[in-house]
Amino acid sequence: MKTSLVSQRGKNWLASIPNQIILIFFSLLAVFPVYYMFVTAFKTRQTWLHNQFGLPIPFTLQNIADAFTKGEIPLWFGNSVIVTIASLVVSTAVSALAAYAIARFRFPGRAFYFNTMIALMVIPPAVLILPLFVLMVNIGLINKLPSVIIIYSGLLIPFSVYLLVSFFRSLPPELFDAAAIDGCSNLDIFWRITLPLSTPALVTLVVVNALFVWNELLIALVFLQDEAAKTLMPGLTLFKGHFTVNEPLIMAGALIATVPMILLYLFGQNLFVEGLVAGAVK
Amino acid sequence: MLGKKPSTGTISRKIEPYLYLAPATILIVLVFLYPIVDILRTSLLQNTASGIKTFGVTNYRLVFDDPVFWQALGNNGKLLFSVPILTALSLLVAILLFEHVRGWLVYRGIIFMPYILAVPVVGMTFVYLLGLNGIVNTLLRGAGLGFLAQDWLGSVKWVLPSLSLVIIYREMGFGVVLFLARLMSLEQETLEAAAIDGANWWQKHVYVTLPQLSGVIEFFVVVELITMLSWVFAYVFTMTGGGPGFASTVMEFYIWKHAFAFRSPGIASALAVVLLAVTALLIVLQLRLRRRSLEEAA
Repeated sequence: MKTSLVSQRGKNWLASIPNQIILIFFSLLAVFPVYYMFVTAFKTRQTWLHNQFGLPIPFTLQNIADAFTKGEIPLWFGNSVIVTIASLVVSTAVSALAAYAIARFRFPGRAFYFNTMIALMVIPPAVLILPLFVLMVNIGLINKLPSVIIIYSGLLIPFSVYLLVSFFRSLPPELFDAAAIDGCSNLDIFWRITLPLSTPALVTLVVVNALFVWNELLIALVFLQDEAAKTLMPGLTLFKGHFTVNEPLIMAGALIATVPMILLYLFGQNLFVEGLVAGAVK
Repeated sequence: MLGKKPSTGTISRKIEPYLYLAPATILIVLVFLYPIVDILRTSLLQNTASGIKTFGVTNYRLVFDDPVFWQALGNNGKLLFSVPILTALSLLVAILLFEHVRGWLVYRGIIFMPYILAVPVVGMTFVYLLGLNGIVNTLLRGAGLGFLAQDWLGSVKWVLPSLSLVIIYREMGFGVVLFLARLMSLEQETLEAAAIDGANWWQKHVYVTLPQLSGVIEFFVVVELITMLSWVFAYVFTMTGGGPGFASTVMEFYIWKHAFAFRSPGIASALAVVLLAVTALLIVLQLRLRRRSLEEAA
């Protein structure tokens, strides 16, 4: 369907010039801050002072090298990778089980449970941090990665359950009935039929949730206060404090923190788009 | 509803769905329900002269007498005004992309990109762009409007509009992608019929396109209202630190300050309860919207 629309649109190129001009304007706005981060990261501070917005001539890799060696960026990067993967595994596993129960069974409290999930999507994390901080101190998890892994996993559940319930409900019920008649247990049906058929939805969910965890600041800031325990986002704000007078170095740090998401975006742009659109109304 | 055979009601069958729900429920109780109960309790605890804690509304009285609290709440309120601008701009770009444009996939890819950037990264970059010698002031000076140049994030008057601009910058990608996806699923016939009937561009979209998009527009507006109340901490933390003065202090930032800088858990909890109460209205809207979408999909 998309291709036919596009070819129709291609015909009238003269009439589309005003549209093109406005779109080029918005594209330049969207690209400029990213362009600025890129070029600044490859300038010396001297170059940057005289030439803030132009291309990085002369070109230097010193800032990238310094960002890796002068701060704790490699360590923070590793922490971010661990936290992101662990949070995604836990939240996806428990959400898929819960969504399966809601989509497949009728039981007292089903509607209440589902409505609670929808309501929880609105709760600001800032409301939750103080009691969670006291709790994490008491159980000795403060400054340890499991503290934020637990919290992120919990925060991701409402949206994940919501998205997976709507997907599971779109699967043809005959498949499940046939499997049940063949003597499959419900857990078998979940594991052997529902999950494999849901691969596109699961991949989309993981990509959208990875973006959230990788980019999150407030919780990481509160629960990982030791320099060695930080993830990239709170680490970057600390890095910025240490090197305030070296703007290109700060942009090099920001660039390193951004590259994984840019790569994910280049390879899976449509996954982001589908995931964000899937949550919306028809 | 997937088919579940009725009347095989052994006890294990009856508890089976709850077993699937158990792991998620444990995390939900720990991360959402326990903290909410705890802030309600802590916000009502007060110290007495004898050193014993009793229940009372002292924390709330202190909060409501605090001008900074009203300023923070007002600042969130002012940020809400960027939602209509954000929605209108996203709609405009989505409609332009939808009609007669070569290379629309490339434009969509570029315009969506800011949404995948981390807020701290966006914030740190815009600190330079909006600074005294940033691109905004450089362009103004280049255009002979140097008298307008200023420290956009350091001015009491301009700090909130500047923050709004940065939030719009990042969120617009989401709006455009959402609206474009909906436009692509519309029936082409109605638009063609409107064009044949002699409707101009404006009439065609106001009377034919927009009514068909009303559901997704409503959804986007609610999501963005939630964002302006609940997800702006990272912008404020990385760009302004709540200043100058308290000119850009928002509720989340003020809660965080009371909890971790001023170490006053009672006040922080009372502030959190107030923010929760404000978002409760949005919870009602959210329930209405999301449930409708699921019923339509079912």
